[in-house]
Amino acid sequence: MISRRAILKAGGAGAAALAMRPWPSLAANAPGVTDTEIKIGQTMPYSGPASAYGVIGRTEAAYFKMINEQGGVNGRKINLISLDDGYSPPKTVEQIRRLVEQEQVAFTFNTLGTAPNSAIRDYLNENKVPQLFVSTGASKFGDYKHYPWTMGYNPSYQTEARIYAKHIQSTKPNAKIGVLYQNDDFGKDYLIGLKDVFGDKYGAMVVKEASYETSEPTVDSQIIDLQSSGADTFLIAATPKFAAQALRKAYDVGWKPLEYLTNVSYSVGAVLKPAGLEKCVGALTGAYGKEPTDPTWKDDPGIAGWREFMNKYMAGASQTDNNIVYGYGAAITMVQVLKQCGADLSRERIMKEAANLKDFEVPVLLPGMKLNTSPTNYNPIRQMQLAKFDGQSWVLFGDLIQA
Amino acid sequence: MFALTHQLLSGLAMGSIYACVALAIVMIYQATRLVNFAQGEMAMLSTYLAWAMIQAGVPYWAAFFLTVAISFVVGAAIERLVIRRFDGAPVLTVVIVFIGLLVIINSVAGWLFTYEIQTFDSPFPDTARFGAGYISPHEMGAIGVTLVMLALIYAFFRFTPLGLAMRAAAQNPVSARLVGISVGRMLAIGWGLAAAVGAVAGMMAAPIVYLDPNMMGGILLYGFAAALLGGIDNPWGAAAGGFLVGVLENLAGAYLVGSEIKLSVALAIIVGVLVAKPSGLFGRVVVTRV
Amino acid sequence: MSLASAAAMPIEMRARWFAIAVVLVAAVALPFVTSGYQTFQLSQVVVYAVALLGLNLLTGVNGQISLGHGAFFAIGGYAAAILIVKLHVPYAFAIPIAGVVCFVAGFLFGLPALRLGGLYLALATFALAMATPQLLKFKAFDAYTGGVQGLLLTKPQAPLGLPLTRDQWLYLLCLAFAAPLFWAASNLVHSRIGRALIAIRDHPIAAETMGVDAALYKTTTFGVSAAYTGVAGALMSLIVGFVSPDSFGLFLSLSFVVGIVVGGLASIPGVVVGAVFIEFIPNIADSIADVFGESAKAMPWAIYGLLLILIMYAAPSGAAGAGRKLVAAVARLRRA
Repeated sequence: MISRRAILKAGGAGAAALAMRPWPSLAANAPGVTDTEIKIGQTMPYSGPASAYGVIGRTEAAYFKMINEQGGVNGRKINLISLDDGYSPPKTVEQIRRLVEQEQVAFTFNTLGTAPNSAIRDYLNENKVPQLFVSTGASKFGDYKHYPWTMGYNPSYQTEARIYAKHIQSTKPNAKIGVLYQNDDFGKDYLIGLKDVFGDKYGAMVVKEASYETSEPTVDSQIIDLQSSGADTFLIAATPKFAAQALRKAYDVGWKPLEYLTNVSYSVGAVLKPAGLEKCVGALTGAYGKEPTDPTWKDDPGIAGWREFMNKYMAGASQTDNNIVYGYGAAITMVQVLKQCGADLSRERIMKEAANLKDFEVPVLLPGMKLNTSPTNYNPIRQMQLAKFDGQSWVLFGDLIQA
Repeated sequence: MFALTHQLLSGLAMGSIYACVALAIVMIYQATRLVNFAQGEMAMLSTYLAWAMIQAGVPYWAAFFLTVAISFVVGAAIERLVIRRFDGAPVLTVVIVFIGLLVIINSVAGWLFTYEIQTFDSPFPDTARFGAGYISPHEMGAIGVTLVMLALIYAFFRFTPLGLAMRAAAQNPVSARLVGISVGRMLAIGWGLAAAVGAVAGMMAAPIVYLDPNMMGGILLYGFAAALLGGIDNPWGAAAGGFLVGVLENLAGAYLVGSEIKLSVALAIIVGVLVAKPSGLFGRVVVTRV
Repeated sequence: MSLASAAAMPIEMRARWFAIAVVLVAAVALPFVTSGYQTFQLSQVVVYAVALLGLNLLTGVNGQISLGHGAFFAIGGYAAAILIVKLHVPYAFAIPIAGVVCFVAGFLFGLPALRLGGLYLALATFALAMATPQLLKFKAFDAYTGGVQGLLLTKPQAPLGLPLTRDQWLYLLCLAFAAPLFWAASNLVHSRIGRALIAIRDHPIAAETMGVDAALYKTTTFGVSAAYTGVAGALMSLIVGFVSPDSFGLFLSLSFVVGIVVGGLASIPGVVVGAVFIEFIPNIADSIADVFGESAKAMPWAIYGLLLILIMYAAPSGAAGAGRKLVAAVARLRRA
């Protein structure tokens, strides 16, 4: 039995060798890599309160299955071991240790959730196991200085909020803003983003903050509260169900603010349609992906490819679910990194290539969007474009905003 | 003033749904002295059934009554096939079985219907007839349906022989058996009725909160709180408790402590009331004979 | 049983002590043969066992049903984390202090609980479990609790240059706290106080007429129970190295109840079985789901629920009850 330490030492020696020799080198491959297979791991909330996101893991497994049927990456098949953590950080730690120490995966990919990823970040960095493309919009996961083995993926919620704040500053400087936010790290990041931009004027600009818990049945009461605060601008930092409730209730009570809707809940089919399309006209969002239910992308080749994949490998899954598009895009990015690695699949090389994406285009992201990473940039998706809902689709306007 | 009235009415509307759930809880409690943790998930599944029927083109009210009837049968079947196997087991063992049912139903619903939200039609016309948007027709309708159901349940237990037999079986099973009442059948009927009432709660809630597998989680909690507040052995009390919790929750969030800890505060108030009045506001004080 | 005369007792006693010694030695030796990951799992089992022991004292022995012990687990975990990270208290002190904090919290919660009988108490504690995550992220406490982001702890190394890995050291640390707590609980249950607690559970009115101060006993039991669970929570935050509101959801509290029922109410060895159950069965459900292919991957919970119901059906009074039945069956066979 090869102990973990021996492997780490081998990895370290490989890195030292790399420093002296030019690419391609013969550094020891990561654990879990054989001539025919690359074993990678992740945890997902298949059970528990966040089980709606479990579909991301299933999509990624299905995508790798497709890649494997097409011959794999450089002749190796991708074997994704996706374990349930029930969105409980202690369980995440346990499962990630199982993946690293027992299953001997090469690295972890797209593990879901801010708290679960926070809980395992120290462990993975200490053991020099890449924690790639974490599935959370918390900005702290792009910290290449302190956590060189952890890389983010999504544009951060904070960045998104800053984009909205700047837009408000330039188009509606005297806005009175009401915010509905989920009472957790996701929702609170939007408040932080607004504070970043408004500074001491935050108190004057934001007239009301109302929060909700995911265990609450409705946010009706919060909407009435926000309306009566006199706000004329409304930022909705809520997950799909609550966002739909908020959009509908705001309209029904006759409140007509300028609405900014978080990217998390911008799905036409899964949020705006349930809320009532006519009730969402004029809402703004920051987009980075192609929303599959938006008629704009009806004939788009990227979305067509996605549909083809869906019909063959995810038959029966919902084609309105944005989480699936997200998982699809993340898996494509992952495959690109492995392709770039070529024959050298040491952990160092994998990390190096993850930090070496150059203008990579993902077919389900907005046209013109390019993924770039470098040793000093661990946030692959940094661009967004504002869009306004016209009753049918999101109409993009302005340029891609580099955050 | 507008906001306050609005909060009150919106609280009453949600309260009517909590009241229905509380009623379902009380029905099973009265029959078996148990609190069914899977009540909410059963109601959620019933609502999906109605949704599927409406999607297939069944008119709303036909789907409504069919769902209520099927829920009754399924509820009774769960009692017969699952719960009865645990007759005589410790209370907590049965609680664990309820938790098992809860996670099974939740997980299977997520698999069958996905976690995306679905719209569920309201039977009430979608025109704001009640002026100024204070309360939507559906919210009015939900309150009305709850009141009608409460009256029906009251009449059932008060005036029908079956209702009387059920009360007898719950209060004194031994004597009830002696006068020829099949206690087992009464238990099954009790479960069936609870499932039917739960189904109504689900169908009234879904147009407000949207239909998804986690729809009833929060509602069940408030339903528990309502049943406790009103008195768990008293249908009237439970219903009143439901309306009270709905209003209390809104007012606490909007005027008392802000939204971040309103859930905790609402729960603390309920525990506080219970400490002052341990059998609930309208519950009977049970005197134990030594 | 009738054959077991008084003369045989010392042998039984000796056998008992021998068995305890064997278990202890095995428990200490275990981390030297398991991998780091398995040692981590074992540490979690020990932690859960202590938490379940606390809950079982309250619910199994004293008859006060709590569906919200996750709250005390959380208070213990956070108390230890705050003491270590923010106030720089050495972890060896932080753990017992967390226990004391939880004793106070439990005692205070036990006071209103006196007024709530049976089901009402169950639901009031259920409400407590619900409210816990919300209270943990309340902004007034952000400076201490880390708010929604939680707190990271550095996992301690073995002191004095002991040749132990971190996992081994943490496991032994958990065991060092668990062993005396088990010993104390066992003594408590078999003492006069334990008999009073059982009397309060089974015949409250008779117990009071016998002169048992039920109120004092019940609130103190609540405190002790919370202290046990709090120590467990403190140990958990140390071995995981992270606390956040997401770590202490409603499902944790329900798992504890599952644990004591599966192990057997009021049974002290049973809590170990319960701890093994809540640590490993969710993983097993996940791998069973894997076997059934891609779409079943979505429902480890359905399998978990099914396993729960089947186990309750097979052994309605838990492992302890099944064990007693087994012993009785063996005795019958020997007599026949």
